[in-house]
Amino acid sequence: MPLTPHELAAVVARDIPPFSYVNLGIGQPTKVAEHLRPESGIVLHTENGMLNMGPAAVGDEVDPDLTNAGKVPVTELPGASYFHHADSFMMMRGGHLDVCVLGAFQVSAVGDLANWHTGAPDAIPAVGGAMDLAIGAKQVFVLMTLLDKQGRPKLVPACTYPVTALGCVSRVYTDHAVFDVGPGGAVVRETFGVSVDELRGWLDMPLTQP
Amino acid sequence: MSRTEILDSVDEAVAGIEDGSTVLVGGFGFAGMPFDLIDGLIRQGATDLTVVSNNAGNGEVGLAALLKAGRVRKVVCSFPRQSDSYVFDELYRSGRIELEVVPQGNLAERLRAAGAGVGAFFTPTGAGTMLAEGKETRSIDGRDYVLEYPIKGDVALIGAHHADEMGNLVYRKTARNFGPVMATAAATTIVQVAEVVAIGSLDPEVVVTPGIFVDRVVAVPARRYTVEGAR
Repeated sequence: MPLTPHELAAVVARDIPPFSYVNLGIGQPTKVAEHLRPESGIVLHTENGMLNMGPAAVGDEVDPDLTNAGKVPVTELPGASYFHHADSFMMMRGGHLDVCVLGAFQVSAVGDLANWHTGAPDAIPAVGGAMDLAIGAKQVFVLMTLLDKQGRPKLVPACTYPVTALGCVSRVYTDHAVFDVGPGGAVVRETFGVSVDELRGWLDMPLTQP
Repeated sequence: MSRTEILDSVDEAVAGIEDGSTVLVGGFGFAGMPFDLIDGLIRQGATDLTVVSNNAGNGEVGLAALLKAGRVRKVVCSFPRQSDSYVFDELYRSGRIELEVVPQGNLAERLRAAGAGVGAFFTPTGAGTMLAEGKETRSIDGRDYVLEYPIKGDVALIGAHHADEMGNLVYRKTARNFGPVMATAAATTIVQVAEVVAIGSLDPEVVVTPGIFVDRVVAVPARRYTVEGAR
């Protein structure tokens, strides 16, 4: 059985090493936070200027001066810190952030990422922090469905959408399987109710196993 | 007494902003947005502005109100498109506003470079993407970098939490965002705060923006908006 989004978020959370500094992208990756255990010592970074971000704020906790990168009101955990935007992105670009988890339109076998622009001529381009995160974190995990709504693979030999960064992704978590990607191509780490041969039938690329 | 002017009204604070100015506008969405200074700028009347900000306005308040008033020729930002950015969307789709999209970290660093007197810098962000097209690139230690230039403002409009009468600023939570770098990057930095306190009242150890970067300060009651919408 393919994993539900909730189950997949739990798999990503399982693989984040203890005491990592982690940025979770807007959307589906945000759900990974629900599966991080407090004793893991994992610290969440939000690019609008905070470390040790807590869960979403509810009721009286809502403070318009305290939001995440998706502009959703959040809370602070003990030991939190605030900083300005140049410092926040220095943490990424300078290689201080251990892991970021991002969504994607496409990832290539060598780890190119496309997640900011569909290339549609009438689309209003908006990049936010996607390019900075992609080049900055020591490890970039992508969390996405393996197939798009039309059933086409999103893990591809080469991105056809405009890229966010080249060769930046190290691992791809999908509902059907987990892959390592990089200069050596795609490696299947884990499958969820599907065989590697079936995956080979879906994906237009060589797949190896560790 | 200090060189920083502590002003009684928003209208005095935004006086003299010229047509065609590049205006740096602090805030990340609504957090840190200098709503009253922007409303003052609308009343003041300067037009043909280039606005540098992370977003391109939400709802019809703050930056969106300035756009709606037709005062902005160009927006330089990282993320214009949002669920409630309809004012910008309509201007853009009808060809009435220019857009330069800059990755958020490059935006912050270009502002920082302007404030720090750095002539240009090589950044890995954007290398190999369409946002690097036409820009000088260089391989350094096996990694590709893109040359980016500073963004200098004629004016910065910033929201902070408290100022003292020296112009020293402290911020509040994630409303800090672009404020400290924008304060350094403009010829004239104008700040709205919830309260101006006496010299000596701010702990020097917690000052985030030293008064040397601040030209004008005006105190206005805090006005905050949440993502639920402009109320």
